[in-house]
Amino acid sequence: MFIHPQNFNHMNTNAVKELLYKMADDLLIIGHRNSEWTGLGPILEEDIAFSSMAQDKIGQSQTLFQLLHELGEQEPDIVAFTRNANQFHNAQFLELPNGDYDFSLMRHFLYDVADQLRFEMLATSNYEPLAKVARKIKGELKYHVFHANVWITKLGVANEESHLRLQSALNYAWNYALGLFEEGPFEAQLKADGVFDGEAELKTRWMQAITPVLAKANLSIPDENTWNPVDGGRKGIHSEHLQPLVEEMSEVFRVDPSAEW
Amino acid sequence: MVTTKTYTEQDIWDALEVVKDPEIPTLSMVDMGIITKVEVRGESNVYVEMTPTFTGCPAIKMMEGMVAERLKEMGIQQVEVVTTFDKPWNSNKLTARGLMCLKKHGLAPPVKHEGEVTQELLEHTECPFCGSNNTEMKSPFGPTLCRSMHYCNDCLQAFEGFKPVV
Repeated sequence: MFIHPQNFNHMNTNAVKELLYKMADDLLIIGHRNSEWTGLGPILEEDIAFSSMAQDKIGQSQTLFQLLHELGEQEPDIVAFTRNANQFHNAQFLELPNGDYDFSLMRHFLYDVADQLRFEMLATSNYEPLAKVARKIKGELKYHVFHANVWITKLGVANEESHLRLQSALNYAWNYALGLFEEGPFEAQLKADGVFDGEAELKTRWMQAITPVLAKANLSIPDENTWNPVDGGRKGIHSEHLQPLVEEMSEVFRVDPSAEW
Repeated sequence: MVTTKTYTEQDIWDALEVVKDPEIPTLSMVDMGIITKVEVRGESNVYVEMTPTFTGCPAIKMMEGMVAERLKEMGIQQVEVVTTFDKPWNSNKLTARGLMCLKKHGLAPPVKHEGEVTQELLEHTECPFCGSNNTEMKSPFGPTLCRSMHYCNDCLQAFEGFKPVV
């Protein structure tokens, strides 16, 4: 069923906007972090991989900002480059500094599996403008997941150092990763309207997807008693790492909004 | 006196054959499958729809401009080129000639998929130089978003492939 934006009542539009903002901000922020590997990757292929993923994600975020624009928000560049950290809706997980390659890789795995599943769910959304874009993006993200799966399973069992590094990256990343599924105020509304099946459903699918890969890599998910999701990002609560990132990302735009490059 | 020719939709499709992908200069945008609709809306008024291979493709704006320029060269005064996801691109949309052009350019053409791309599908991509399948994928990422990197164990050459995408 196709629901034209105009036929959405006020409540529905706000629910869709909230969903689009968090997804677009996740992609923009991780896209920027991925781009920080350009020129610094541990091997040439990884340098290219993280740079390519950055390009994909920033392009995907732009497409979602365009959908927001069609719902009455400002132009994509204005939204992307003129807000302060407390106006961003990304999960805190994605703004953390890249750290060593082991953490970047683990974050890439935990986030990209979730994001690919999110877009798979949205491919059948009743909100057709989003469904159309999701059907395209889910295929692109397949390659991000392939990449993550290969390296996690290879390095998880390569040698003692690589195994220990990935296990400690997983332990550190875990509660942050759970923050990806922080629920918003419109969960029930989005579900009832057939727009999105909700964060809880996504988290269930994510657990099913990551568990066999981590098992193959001989990596253990932290004990459930210690789980304590780092929430807040969806409400604009962020770590001290986001503001400097936003400033760097928007530096050119703030100096000259008409600059082309 | 200027005479304006009335073009048919087929004329427009034919004319766009000469507009090449800026990153793969042997391949036309038509053979790439990214021109999704052509409409002659009246005398000297043409509407074209395009769709990117990848959402983040940085060349799409440039390609819109190239299409518009080609049509204006033909004397068409009103040209509208729009990028949409109404009919999203997938790699099966490359034409037979498109696949040959890729090979000529030294790029392994994407394997035909059945709506699903698996890692196995990419693992033994046919080498565009010697035709061997004794190859391995080095990385699912390459110099542009639509390419992957491979190595041929028979002719001992590194090569790039055009990714299958659903």
